[in-house]
Amino acid sequence: MINFQTSPDQYHHWKLKVDGAVATLSMDVQEDETLAEGYKLKLNSYDLGVDIELADAVQRIRFEHPEVKVVVITSLKPRIFCAGANIYMLGTSSHAFKVNFCKFTNETRCAIEDDSHHSGRRYVAALNGTASGGGYELAIACDEIYLVDDGNSAVSLPEVPLLGVLPGTGGLTRLVDKRKIRRDRADVFSTLAEGLKGKRAKEWGLINDSFPTSKFQESIDARVREIAAGVKQTVSLRNDVEKTSLSENEPSQTNSLLYGIKLNPLQLEIKPAGLEYKYVNVVFNREQRYADLTVRGPEANLPTSPDEIQKLGDSYWPLQAYRDLDDALLYLRVNEPEIGLVCVRTEGNIDDVLAVDKTLLANKDHWLVREIILYMARVLRRLDLTAKSFFAIIEPGSCFAGNLLELMLASDRSYMLNNPDEKIELALSELNHGALPMSNELTRLQSRFLATPERVKEILAQTGRLDTEAAEQAGLVTFAPDDLDWEDEIRVAIEERTSLSPDALTGMEASLRFAGPETMDTKIFGRLTAWQNWIFQRPNAVGEKGALTNYGKPTQAQFDFKRT
Amino acid sequence: MNLYERIPNNVNLSEDKKLQRALEKWLPNYLDWWNEMGPDGFQQKDVYLRTAISVEPDGWANFDFVKMPDYRWGIFLKPAEADAKIGFGDNYGQPVYQEVPGEFRNALRRIIVTQGDTEPASVEQQRELGKTCPSLYDLRNLFQVNVEEGRHLWAMVYLLQRYFGRDGRDEADALLERRSGNPDKPRILEAFNQPCDDWLNFFCFTMFTDRDGKYQLSALAESGFEPLARTCQFMLTEEAHHMFVGDTGINRVVKRTAQLMNQGDVRQLGGIPLDIIQRYINFWFSYSLDLFGGEISSNSADFFAAGLKGRYKEQDQYDDHLAADQIFTMKIVEDNQIKDSEVPLRNALNEVLRTEYVKDCEKGLARWNKSLADEELVARTSVGGEHRLKSMPRLFLPNSRFHRHVGEYAGHNFDLEGNLISQEDFEKRKGEWLPSVADREYVRSLMHPVIEPGKIANWIAPPATGIKGKPFEFEYVRL
Repeated sequence: MINFQTSPDQYHHWKLKVDGAVATLSMDVQEDETLAEGYKLKLNSYDLGVDIELADAVQRIRFEHPEVKVVVITSLKPRIFCAGANIYMLGTSSHAFKVNFCKFTNETRCAIEDDSHHSGRRYVAALNGTASGGGYELAIACDEIYLVDDGNSAVSLPEVPLLGVLPGTGGLTRLVDKRKIRRDRADVFSTLAEGLKGKRAKEWGLINDSFPTSKFQESIDARVREIAAGVKQTVSLRNDVEKTSLSENEPSQTNSLLYGIKLNPLQLEIKPAGLEYKYVNVVFNREQRYADLTVRGPEANLPTSPDEIQKLGDSYWPLQAYRDLDDALLYLRVNEPEIGLVCVRTEGNIDDVLAVDKTLLANKDHWLVREIILYMARVLRRLDLTAKSFFAIIEPGSCFAGNLLELMLASDRSYMLNNPDEKIELALSELNHGALPMSNELTRLQSRFLATPERVKEILAQTGRLDTEAAEQAGLVTFAPDDLDWEDEIRVAIEERTSLSPDALTGMEASLRFAGPETMDTKIFGRLTAWQNWIFQRPNAVGEKGALTNYGKPTQAQFDFKRT
Repeated sequence: MNLYERIPNNVNLSEDKKLQRALEKWLPNYLDWWNEMGPDGFQQKDVYLRTAISVEPDGWANFDFVKMPDYRWGIFLKPAEADAKIGFGDNYGQPVYQEVPGEFRNALRRIIVTQGDTEPASVEQQRELGKTCPSLYDLRNLFQVNVEEGRHLWAMVYLLQRYFGRDGRDEADALLERRSGNPDKPRILEAFNQPCDDWLNFFCFTMFTDRDGKYQLSALAESGFEPLARTCQFMLTEEAHHMFVGDTGINRVVKRTAQLMNQGDVRQLGGIPLDIIQRYINFWFSYSLDLFGGEISSNSADFFAAGLKGRYKEQDQYDDHLAADQIFTMKIVEDNQIKDSEVPLRNALNEVLRTEYVKDCEKGLARWNKSLADEELVARTSVGGEHRLKSMPRLFLPNSRFHRHVGEYAGHNFDLEGNLISQEDFEKRKGEWLPSVADREYVRSLMHPVIEPGKIANWIAPPATGIKGKPFEFEYVRL
């Protein structure tokens, strides 16, 4: 079982040092501390365990060290920054594990960019040695990249020429989309196993600058001071919220006055039949290959002032519930591969959910509230990107309102009981207006009603509750069976769904969920990852004579040269 | 332009416009580099040097007095054989590559750059040594080694410029830009960034580190990329002299030390004690072992499969040139224990080459120990000799796991016998095993120039013979 929870005192592979406005995250991978047998993590190469720590560190910087303005990512190994994902680990992993590994590492890098973009923290990759493959992909997720110029160290994406696969952690997309490298140069760079060293790497825009060994640390320090002095704590959320409610003149909070909250270990009980978190419950129906996931809504009368919220820290419902949900999703992805369908329910009082949303929105400029909202958005995107079917099941006692309504909107289908004797309702809140966007930067409502944008406005204008009929009328739910049919409908829906090809479902859902425009994130998850997953299955990579199979072996790859 | 006429070569330089153009730019930079980083203080002196002016038996060893900057560095490849075939790997038996195959271009360039980088590096490491030469004979040998390292750089630069396009030319320029021991632009391999500031270091370097060169060149001399193979074959003839300088140099130091041991306390008599010599051996041997690369290497397998880099004496020593399904058993460290591990042979070729190298080094040790035995005999048989030392300690090579920074053993600690020990134990005993600051200072304190023809420093014995039939007393360098 893979556990996604960790904390700095348990890290094997990273050292997190926070010194005022600067956090330094240093990679020092212990080669024997692997998640599985059969490989060693040499040269700062990584497996999922290394990336779980990185994701944790980035998350903790945001919540526990809001005073940090610059994060320096570097390595403690002399002359080596990071050699990327461990090839032997990939070679010995199942296809499903590889896919989940890449997805998680991609989400971690997107989280770095999310922090930079919305919380204004600047990430600096201080490459004290060669950064190859995933090592350079980690660097390119940062805002600025500096490479030591020792005549030897290079940045490279050697996957295509060496391994016959892609740099699958966003590398290719970020070359052309983020750093806007000319496509012909990106083509050359991506087929050059040894990569490029300081001078040419800078000329081509692959790095921001290079410094000689003897001046490297002082140059990084100087640049970091410069950035820290220049960074204003930008307070921004995505989309409408950002545009409508932030005025230029609003005084920005000064970081020095900030103090963080502690992210404590989750209260999780793992039982054979399921997972019990504080606010999330998961029941595995392994025989039928589906899980019931229930999110419990907030208690009544939660505090409304930022100071009180800060005091509550990680036990404040939105943070606790979404941390529970985040962990449950990751658990399902990696530890329960055969569960193909998740039935999502909520339990609680709609008023209490709406009250929380109101508080969040009213205090969105407070650093902690902003981080909480951004985190909720990331967890919902994690759900969007999970390769399982999601059905929202809306029954009496549920609270699909505001932020929790997004769970329903994120689901592939929704079933809402139609029973006039019961009170079954949905509700919207201001958070549905844009604070919780998808990877395509649209809201889930916008993505749902691409053909009729005016419908989005109409729905958002609804201040009251929507009962089953109104919800169906508005196009928010898929089916509304009445109480006589309900149980049978749900049973049949589940049985039908779990009988379909899991591969076809994954491809179908990923195609249907992200209507609308492309962004760098959707390209990374939709295009790059999809191609990578295809290549990962092909004989030219993993066949007996494939490049990945033969890497490090005495035999050479032999390709089937037919292009598809 | 008569510039090219002065460059001895057998690559048809006078007709090769492309090569001329590349050299035109590189040559002045090379001379600048030589003047800046070559032997300090002796550039305008006449030195009795061997110059290769053709690859014929009478042409490659031409002796005359020459000023080093005027040395005729040339470009020589061993003459081609008709219908040469690739001698090993997956393409065994196919015609050799006359041009660089596109799919191996980067790998080949890296091999050549790594080899090429060592040549100027050693010149830089040795640039101050002339000032403390033990004799004119040794001074001349140092310069001979230096100019030939320069020529070996030319040989690699020729390949880069002739076969690797713009990238090759850039790499040729970069070979002149890196500097040994400079933290900002170090030479690629770590042994070539170690200081070589006394003559014991120099002899150890030419004995152990140049011998790595011999084995790397031998493996490349088997290459299916024919220009590389032929280049390395010719370089090997010159490399032999460098190892001769190291091997006999240490032998002469050992001999002198043994003589002094027979007379009393070596230190008081101004010699180099045997235990210091042993520590120098431990240091240079272990650093030179690193140059062969990791024990388990995907590069070694790739290079062999592609027919780029073979084994030592691939054609003479082996019958199976595919080496596809064989297993090599080696010691590795696992769970803090030394264990046997079975590795596909192709992945173990660095270790195979290293094993050949160790065997060759042991021959040197045997010669030095013979010198110790000889002096022991002298002591015992001379008048009053029975009161002298009954037996002298012998020199030895440390285990290949000792003091390694590359490969399977890096990151672990071993004693001289190769037993796994703790970091604390290693730190405690380091002073017994590796040269201390005091050792180095002591050796340096003995280094005073002796430049009178026929004279030699007290800490080293004179050579058995001179150069090219000249006596030891000959004025090999005119100061």
